[in-house]
Amino acid sequence: MSIDIAVRHRFPGIEIDVAFTAPQGVTALFGRSGAGKTTVVNAVAGLLRPSFGRAVIDGRILFDTESRTWLPPHKRRIGYVFQDGRLFPHMTVRQNLLYGRWFAKLPKDEAGLRHIVDLLGLGELLSRRPGALSGGEKQRVAIGRALLSGPSLLLMDEPLAALDETRKEEILPYLERIRDEAQVPILYVSHSMPEIARLATTLVALRDGRVVRSGPVETVTADPDAVTDLGVRDAGSVLTGIVSAHHPDALSEIRLSKGSLFLPRIQAPVGTSVRIRIEAQDVMLALDKPDRISALNILPVDVVAVRQGAGPGVMVQLALGDDRILARVTRRSADGLGLRSGLACYAVVKSVSVARGNVGPSPAV
Amino acid sequence: MILDWLTPEEWQAVALSLRVSFWATVFSLPPGIAVAYLLARCEFPGKQILNGIVHLPLILPPVVTGYLLLLTMGTQGPVGGVLKDLFGLVFAFRWTGAALAAAVMAFPLMVRAIRLSIELVDPKLELAGATLGAGRLWVFATVTLPLILPGILVGAILAFAKAMGEFGATITFVSNIPGQTQTLPSAIYAFLQVPGGEGSALRLVAVSVGIAMGALLLSEIAARSVSKRIGRA
Repeated sequence: MSIDIAVRHRFPGIEIDVAFTAPQGVTALFGRSGAGKTTVVNAVAGLLRPSFGRAVIDGRILFDTESRTWLPPHKRRIGYVFQDGRLFPHMTVRQNLLYGRWFAKLPKDEAGLRHIVDLLGLGELLSRRPGALSGGEKQRVAIGRALLSGPSLLLMDEPLAALDETRKEEILPYLERIRDEAQVPILYVSHSMPEIARLATTLVALRDGRVVRSGPVETVTADPDAVTDLGVRDAGSVLTGIVSAHHPDALSEIRLSKGSLFLPRIQAPVGTSVRIRIEAQDVMLALDKPDRISALNILPVDVVAVRQGAGPGVMVQLALGDDRILARVTRRSADGLGLRSGLACYAVVKSVSVARGNVGPSPAV
Repeated sequence: MILDWLTPEEWQAVALSLRVSFWATVFSLPPGIAVAYLLARCEFPGKQILNGIVHLPLILPPVVTGYLLLLTMGTQGPVGGVLKDLFGLVFAFRWTGAALAAAVMAFPLMVRAIRLSIELVDPKLELAGATLGAGRLWVFATVTLPLILPGILVGAILAFAKAMGEFGATITFVSNIPGQTQTLPSAIYAFLQVPGGEGSALRLVAVSVGIAMGALLLSEIAARSVSKRIGRA
């Protein structure tokens, strides 16, 4: 399963020229507003006709300007979750959910409906109308509606952007479940790095209508050269670890490729694979192993690369076994410590975000 | 009792007017919705010309519209002649002609009301329908149409009321034949022309006011209940 996408289109003031391949899983289109993210998904959905380009899902051509192929939107079997939900106000939640199913000529499938209803927690809402739903509930219905239309690809255009932090936290676990349980590739548009770190497997970063970086999320986020493209504020590496123990003092231990992290208890059984994000600004560096310090997460690392930024900051890539971590320190500190490639030192991690179930950002101890 | 209150001649005019207005409204609804949709949602060459033609009866003197109808739709006219030869359909000096005149005169009002309600439907909802597998016609039938029902209702009532009051074009096109083309306004006019007709005229005026008020109230109630049913209230 893979999706090939190429879109070239000129708007007044900006030319979009984007091409990438999305493998199975969640591919995040990352970039600021105006970078061309929505143009790309709209072209894939058939809502915008680009001057040049093509989109192919597993050999099925959605459009190809070269061979003059253009499937109308209703024949593409694309599930589109819009930022603003766009539920049909004159239908109940149940009718909204089943709308696409009917047009896809899928057989009546009460079990399938019940599965999605359970997956997204919609049981209580079925007989209500969209006007009586909260923003988060609307978005969950919109996701269910798209899933139930039997799509070969799910497009999500900033599905959380219109929600406040609490509602986002309410929806993210559902999105994770869909990623893990529904076997549908997802193209996820977002300008939020924490969201992407939690959900995405592949990252395609756009700027001014071009692809500036693309690859597995772990690789791209740990690349110090990519920091300028992703934004210094969003710099932070994404690692995968395994819950190795829950300690009686309410701490959980997560094993990385080398060493372990200690976090406040997370709700995941031992052996579960979890994804964590360590922001570059939450990592301190020390040449000697800090002694008599409250921080528990002190990792022995090797400096791989030091990248000078434009400002007072320096981005340092660290190796922890096979994992890569980014640290952001001042140039003065970097010079003072004599940071250079190959130097062994200690990383003091102040804060870690864990993605899995209902675990949100939690401070490390 | 209303039958007793009105003379048979007066009653005839009221019944004819109701019949003419009813059919005028019913037959203009499908083209009215189609034209409103074209004007609200589609870009095509000649859109402004279509818009102009639809609105022409609103700005032309009704007598002119009636005369134009007589020229084109009369038995000697280019369209009327063909219709008569092919389908045996005759408009001139028949109640059907009164209905046609009323429909033409009421059409702009109906189209305006429906067009406004279509423009209020978020096109993004229609796009969402398309991504869920519904073709253009299905999107219209399942998303747009239910959402513009209140507008259609208002358009229909407006058209009906306008048809009830149509005078100039009707009398020019189909004249003022009692029992055939003498609608309520023509009857009032005719009664006012003969000595001692004021009583009849006044009774018809009362009926006309009653029907207009009734239609307005009905549309208000219906629009509100439809709005509630489609979750817009």
